Amino acid sequence: MTTNPTPTMQPILQARNLVKRYGHVTALAGADLTLYPGEVLAVIGDNGAGKSSLIKALSGALIPDEGEIKVDGKTQKFRSPLDARSAGIETVYQHLALAPARDIAANLFLGRELRKPGPLGWGLRMLDHKTMRKETARIMGDLGLLTIQNIGQAVETLSGGQRQGVAVARAAAFGSRVIIMDEPTAALGVKESGKVLDLIAGIRDRGVPVILISHDMPHVFEVADRIHVQRLGRRIACVQKTDISMNDAVSLMTGAQTPPVGHDPEALPARLAVR
Amino acid sequence: MNSVSATPGPAPAKAPDAPTQRKVGERLDQQPPVSFLGRVQRQMHAHPLLGPTAVLILACVVFTVMVGPRFVDPLNVSLILQQVQIIGMVGIAQTLIILTAGIDLSVAAVMVFTTVISGKLAAEAGLPAVVALVIALATGAACGFLNGLLVTRFRVPPFIATLGTLSIFTALNLLASGSQTIKANVLPDLLLWPGETFRILGAPVTYGSVLVLLSFVAVAFILKRTAWGEHIYAVGDNAEGARLSGIRTTRVLLSVYIVAGIICAIAGWLLIGRVGSVSPFSGEGVNLASITAVVIGGTSLFGGRGNVLGTLLGALIIGVFSNGLTLAGVDVLWQVFTTGVLVIVAVGLDQWTRKVAG
Amino acid sequence: MTARTQRRGLTVKAAAFIAAAGLTATLAACSSSAADSKPLVGLITKTDDNPYYVKMREGAEKKAAELGFELQSLSGQGQSDNDSQVKAIENLVARGAKGIMIAPSDSEAILPAIKKARDAGVFVAVLDSPTNPTDAADATFATDNFQAGVLIGQWAKAQFANKPAKIAMLDLSPAQVAVDVQRNQGFLQGFGVDVADKNKIGDEKDPRIVGHEVTNANEAGGRAAMEKLLQRDRTINLVYTINEPAAAGAYSSIKAAGLDGQVTVVSIDGGCPGVNDVKAGAIGATSMQFPIKMATDALQAINAYLKDGTKPSTTEGLDFTNTGVTLITDQAAPGVTSEPTSWGLENCWG
Repeated sequence: MTTNPTPTMQPILQARNLVKRYGHVTALAGADLTLYPGEVLAVIGDNGAGKSSLIKALSGALIPDEGEIKVDGKTQKFRSPLDARSAGIETVYQHLALAPARDIAANLFLGRELRKPGPLGWGLRMLDHKTMRKETARIMGDLGLLTIQNIGQAVETLSGGQRQGVAVARAAAFGSRVIIMDEPTAALGVKESGKVLDLIAGIRDRGVPVILISHDMPHVFEVADRIHVQRLGRRIACVQKTDISMNDAVSLMTGAQTPPVGHDPEALPARLAVR
Repeated sequence: MNSVSATPGPAPAKAPDAPTQRKVGERLDQQPPVSFLGRVQRQMHAHPLLGPTAVLILACVVFTVMVGPRFVDPLNVSLILQQVQIIGMVGIAQTLIILTAGIDLSVAAVMVFTTVISGKLAAEAGLPAVVALVIALATGAACGFLNGLLVTRFRVPPFIATLGTLSIFTALNLLASGSQTIKANVLPDLLLWPGETFRILGAPVTYGSVLVLLSFVAVAFILKRTAWGEHIYAVGDNAEGARLSGIRTTRVLLSVYIVAGIICAIAGWLLIGRVGSVSPFSGEGVNLASITAVVIGGTSLFGGRGNVLGTLLGALIIGVFSNGLTLAGVDVLWQVFTTGVLVIVAVGLDQWTRKVAG
Repeated sequence: MTARTQRRGLTVKAAAFIAAAGLTATLAACSSSAADSKPLVGLITKTDDNPYYVKMREGAEKKAAELGFELQSLSGQGQSDNDSQVKAIENLVARGAKGIMIAPSDSEAILPAIKKARDAGVFVAVLDSPTNPTDAADATFATDNFQAGVLIGQWAKAQFANKPAKIAMLDLSPAQVAVDVQRNQGFLQGFGVDVADKNKIGDEKDPRIVGHEVTNANEAGGRAAMEKLLQRDRTINLVYTINEPAAAGAYSSIKAAGLDGQVTVVSIDGGCPGVNDVKAGAIGATSMQFPIKMATDALQAINAYLKDGTKPSTTEGLDFTNTGVTLITDQAAPGVTSEPTSWGLENCWG
């Protein structure tokens, strides 16, 4: 559905004029965001630029004071992470939101465990461990994470990259519309970061758009289609990756440079538009 | 929402610029060489019941050697079971709370308070025993609800919340009882039933001991097999993560405190049977003993890891040491000493094995 | 099974064996002398940190050795820890004890456990705090706590023959346990107050009583309780205390308020620090009890019972064997028999 975009393609996720104040501090000052199907949108910005607040608003962890969020053109009001999830938006939090002592299968299905069929399931809320294990193996396999052979292993015994893999797999398994990733490579080494970037590309290739929040410019430029620059609580630019250098991106972020005149922050991603 | 709604479908043809897929999990196979201690650490991490089981078996062997056959006599085994039933039952409640990374200092007070309620209602108000018992269970639930409310709604740390309710429930208990003991001869048979015995291998076994063992099995099953159990672990392991994963953490916590209150009320019933009367001064030391049993059983005070069957082992270890040392004629202070050592060793082991995560 | 897991199994077993051996050695080292055929007698006290019970235990050990008993001492972990005492009785019976001496923490809740022990043929002697009813045990050796109270009450009455008294009552606990009630009511009756219900603390209407506070029978509790009562009325000049540690606490608070010399403190116990306080004038008079005599008399009774089945008789007018009480003071009052502190220091229990 996404490999054949038209110039009139509708954004899959759109935020308009989001405002969030904490006392005298304004975290979001009329922030916008546009995400098209099939793209990887990087969100960059200095500390305190409102990246986290923006992401939290999109994932339901924060309720904005003003503004609206549309999914597939329909206005949505997210009151909790559950609302965003049922709208098909999954988030991989920076601290992963995993239960470290639980095994991989338990984490993959955390909060939406499969129950046994019949009264044992809805009455006693009994779990269907067997199916969950099977599904976990399949999902991990689909993402090329099959070599984590023991899905009964506690997540805390995995390496940082493997844990990230579990969190990404969870998002990928349930995120039907959008996957948001908050600093997925921040805690990882070079090799493991590369694997996570591969995972992001893999998800994009399966047709699910990704919002990637990152500080790491090389990572952003490796995988993103467009780059959303957040500054002082709002979007000051959203540019095609091909139109900008890393240095310019950093200058935009820090306010050393103003956005190019006449650029269209709502433009379709070049990679999808040209094809 | 309980199905995998949209697993990634078959991958479309790879875009030409997509990097080749690498595999994330590949390092798992190449385990670095592990020392003996490292292996023990891993085993204990993977099998948390290993430690307490070993200690229990060891203690039984040692005491059998020291005391002789009298220690393993069915009569004595039954006695140990009777002596640990209260700590065991309260320990179940304490385990649930500690699994959520909480602690409950009011468990013994709730237990004794409910015994006074059922005793008073049955012996003095003349209510049918069943009704008195049900009201006692409801009282336990209400006490748990209060604890849960303080912890969830008012965000009081569990230690402080239950320290406060400990005083409240103790005072209510003394007010309700007038500090008077209610003797067996005015209590209905139902309330004394857990102390009644039947015979196995010629040894009298109390119904209370059986009830405790069954409760352990039931709660172990619930923790392992139901969504509620899974959520208790998740909340204790990473509360914020659980919330972001869509678990209603407040509801889970509240339910845990209520269930713990009910279990304490059941422990109260066992207590009436064991003591043969309703005494507002019973249950001294049960608070700390229950926490001790949980900790010795390998459940982490930091929440999220542990097993209620470990608490059974912990309670049995306490009982076996207390009984065995007395039978061996060892000074009573060594019991206190040994319990202290066991607690420190257990917590130390917990800290150590958790480093596997490293 | 792979070679590696096999090795792991072996090492775990080896570690277990070493630990077992070590534990056995430790336990054997600290256990009392190995199996012998001496009849076993148990002593169960309320706590093991109160000098009263420590002395009782020491006296019992000496007497037991003399009579050829093996003595095993156990205790509860607090003044009202019934559960540990029940466990101690059960374990002693399981070990084959012939006699059990117990100072029960709960005079009623302990009854089923005592009954079980007696049903198993064990002679049960209650020490210090009678059970309710008293005849639930084979024998009871205790202080007549009411009489102990009466003695200090009578002594105080003589001191206050010519001046009005303002009385502070420092009791044990809110639980109205027997010892607390008996001492309190004995004192008031000895002083000449109408005690109304003799089984209830605090139902008196006498205006000379300023108030009642509980002390948990320790120094900190005594001090806090006295502070509260002095807040209420600084003209207090007579203080009854449940025991000597509470009296010591009360005195330190009186001193802090600058009222020493104007307040008379009376107490009950007869511990050596208490007698020294009497000598120093902090306490006016104390009723001495004889815990060691309780234990030695009980052991003698057990000895007689094991020989020919005789049971001790109770003191006339009481349903238990009175081990006696003696008033200790250096200001003897007319009509009240007492001994001076010099005698007290020779006979105090610790």
